[in-house]
Amino acid sequence: MELFKNTNFDFLRWKWPFIGASLVLTAAGLISLAMKGGPRYGIDFKGGALLSLRFNQEPPVQKIRDALTGKIHGEISVQQISGKPEVLVGTEIANEDELNANRQIIEETLRSTFGASNGQLDLNNSSAEQLIDRLRDPLLQAGVAISEQDLKDVVTGIEQYRASHGGLINNFDALSSVKGVTPQVLAALKKECSLGPFTILSAEVVGPKVGAQLQRQAILATLYALGGMLVYIAFRFEWIYGVAAVIAVFHDTIITIGLFSLMNKEISLTVVAALLTLVGYSMNDTIVVFDRIRENLKLMRRESLESLINISVNQTLSRTVLTSGLTFLTALSLLLFGGEVLNGFSFALVCGIIAGTYSTVFIASPLLIFWQNLVESRKKKPGAPSAPVSKGPAGPGKGPAASAKEMAGARNRAR
Amino acid sequence: MTSNLKVRAIAIVAVILVCVYGIIGLPTSKQDLFDNLKKNIRLGLDLKGGSQLILEVQVQDAFKAEADQLTQRMREALTRAGIAGDFSRNNPESIADSTKIQVDVKGIPATQAGTFRQIFQDNFSDAWLLAQVNATDYRMTMQPSYALKLKQDTLTQSIGTIDRKINGLGLSETSVQQRGGANEEDEIMVQLPGVDDPAHVKQILKTQGVLSLQEVLANGGPFSSEEDARASKGGVLPLNSQVVKETHPGQPPEYWLLARTPVITGRDLRDAHAQQNGQTGGWETAFVIAQGAPTKRFEQFTGAHIGDRLAIVVDGDVLSAPVIHGKISDNGVIEGLSGQDEAKDLALNLKAGSLPAGIKILEEQTVGPSLGSDSIREGEVAALAGLIAVVAVMLFYYKRSGINATLALLLNAIILIAALSYFDATLTLPGIAGVILTIGMAVDSNVLIFERIREELRAGKAVIAAVDAGFKKAFLTIIDTHVTTIVSCAFLFLFGTGPVKGFAITLVIGLFANLFTAVFVSRTIFDWELGMQKRAVTLSI
Repeated sequence: MELFKNTNFDFLRWKWPFIGASLVLTAAGLISLAMKGGPRYGIDFKGGALLSLRFNQEPPVQKIRDALTGKIHGEISVQQISGKPEVLVGTEIANEDELNANRQIIEETLRSTFGASNGQLDLNNSSAEQLIDRLRDPLLQAGVAISEQDLKDVVTGIEQYRASHGGLINNFDALSSVKGVTPQVLAALKKECSLGPFTILSAEVVGPKVGAQLQRQAILATLYALGGMLVYIAFRFEWIYGVAAVIAVFHDTIITIGLFSLMNKEISLTVVAALLTLVGYSMNDTIVVFDRIRENLKLMRRESLESLINISVNQTLSRTVLTSGLTFLTALSLLLFGGEVLNGFSFALVCGIIAGTYSTVFIASPLLIFWQNLVESRKKKPGAPSAPVSKGPAGPGKGPAASAKEMAGARNRAR
Repeated sequence: MTSNLKVRAIAIVAVILVCVYGIIGLPTSKQDLFDNLKKNIRLGLDLKGGSQLILEVQVQDAFKAEADQLTQRMREALTRAGIAGDFSRNNPESIADSTKIQVDVKGIPATQAGTFRQIFQDNFSDAWLLAQVNATDYRMTMQPSYALKLKQDTLTQSIGTIDRKINGLGLSETSVQQRGGANEEDEIMVQLPGVDDPAHVKQILKTQGVLSLQEVLANGGPFSSEEDARASKGGVLPLNSQVVKETHPGQPPEYWLLARTPVITGRDLRDAHAQQNGQTGGWETAFVIAQGAPTKRFEQFTGAHIGDRLAIVVDGDVLSAPVIHGKISDNGVIEGLSGQDEAKDLALNLKAGSLPAGIKILEEQTVGPSLGSDSIREGEVAALAGLIAVVAVMLFYYKRSGINATLALLLNAIILIAALSYFDATLTLPGIAGVILTIGMAVDSNVLIFERIREELRAGKAVIAAVDAGFKKAFLTIIDTHVTTIVSCAFLFLFGTGPVKGFAITLVIGLFANLFTAVFVSRTIFDWELGMQKRAVTLSI
């Protein structure tokens, strides 16, 4: 089966609408970024404390907020994850010294508001060590013959049961299926413990210094990496190819970051990993087409650059559709089934694959043509003031288009 | 040609065997297989649950201590030579300023300048630089090479001490290491798999565990305030003495007048453990002093001071000041503790030794075990769905050759996992991002090659020639895409932080594996397939 055989679409004829769309998207993203004062960074970049909680009922968001107000300096955000009984509790932290205090205050407040009463241990929020200490004496008093190792194993079993049931145990009797939980152990558990309505899924506390450092380093590393790629491509092709490829990749990244800002999504470290992946995909796609252009430049010396690029894009079309389609499928399945943790990650990937595929044809390739037209027009008018080198896709000016007509082999355009 | 094919096939089988061994070892039973799998595929804390702390070592503390030691030793040396000088040092507040440490000596008579310089030259010049400020005053700054060494030593020592403290808690698979990277050399990363509440660990890390046994001076207390303690000596503290507080929960503190030079310090200890007092039933920490000079010193001291008090000071706080009833040689107990936990923690801290500098907790992350297993489960479902879709499309679109691509993809995954296992690398969420990009580029390599072969076939080439040309032409493109990405990974690895690095490492391994599988292995399978036919005329692609 073959999808495309000897196709001959005139892609570059449609470059202006696409460049226009790109500019609109980029502008919208940049405006949103400017209005919101930069991207919405996650805790790992801006510093702060973030606790993720899961409840066994509809989360009492207002009650949590009330309980915490006044106990913590600064702003507190309590936010329910849509469609799930999960809540994110976050605070901003101004300095490192408050760092440790805040997590503890939040945990303690939550425990005293929702947790165990009358001195019982909250089984949904206890460590193995705490549970062992709590059960040891009652079991001894009840005359249960159990060794320290057995007790440890039983508690490990209970912890595993809890972990595999979303971190929440809803009734004690369900535990009787755990190996080693005899009726006596169960009785001791019921006496000593209670089942709180929530569990802490994850906690993250980042000092502002680490956050700022991480932010700077991630940006720097990415910029250096882009620079490295530019130099390599310039070395393998021509320098304008490197510039065009890097601008295209940069365009994809800016659009994705802009979309994150528009949709009010947070940029966390995982999203940065996705952005790096996106850079990789987009660069890969661009190089495949450039490679074909380079090859065709040797084979078809008579063709104009524009028609040559069109031919190259057409020749690689079935590979582009297939590869992008397949990677898009993977990213989409990650977005649909990957769960909350991977949501930002897979969203960035989905955006990136779409942008990365089309930026090769409509951003990187036109840049090559613009550059060549510029060089040709300068050659034709010796003595004319040298035009400034435009690095980005300039607005739909008449200059490049007009000079393209002057080119010897502009058949493709005229058709 | 056929013998060449055999060599290639043997090489491929060898690689597969090495990789499979790296992943599952040599299992003897089903249980063994799972255990080995678990051992060899190391998941990061974000996937399996646990806590991670990032600590910053306050290196300036060590520099201040070094300057204080210089002051003390130099003053002694000068006193022996009959020279009196006035010492002072600055107080660097941040890590960046730590190397700006300086000690000033004022009032050295010009007539004794030669002797002074000689003493400095003989004793301190390997670590310090001497500069004359004016006729009688001098300034000492630290040698840059020595400062570098001091910084590194402080870090190594801190890592060792923290490691001992955490190991003493009996947690498994913990790791304490210096964070790499240009601006993170003063940072230590502590990883605690399976710990979902690091409060206790932080408590242990915060307590320094600096023990000293100090003589209580005659009529040295207890006093009810610091002023009273001073007043008892006429308002001025005598030489080599200090006032130390003893806090009692719920009661006002007391103050003791102690000799500044300790009889015994934490370094002189051989062992420490928690025990229950036979009479009172209260918890206490017993310690044993190391044989040799320390025991001798302690014996001498206690023998000479029967009836006097000896203060037990931990982290600058008097815990108790018992009366010496008789000569003691090598052991003692610390009373006045709140319970078993405190006794245990104190013993642990005494054994682990003290940190050479203070630490600050910069970051703390905990992933509960249920979230960890949730993300693994959801990630697995997503990855599986994606993979099935990819394989289905490949088989449908490229028919028999699709099998070829699927095999290459599978082998790529095996090599990637095995390499991670051999390198002792952990798989984290950003690492998985690297895996996803690897799979994407692996698929792309196969598609590139197959499309190229189809093109050549369409152009009318014979099957063998078409396969040959397809591989050759696609190879150039594949090299370009892979090298570009590897170059960018090199930069990410050099300049990136932990997670970004993890991404880069996984991706580089994956890309090398892909060059092997998509180009070499896939080609070998094609050649083998074509070799099977008597006259290669058809190719299912």
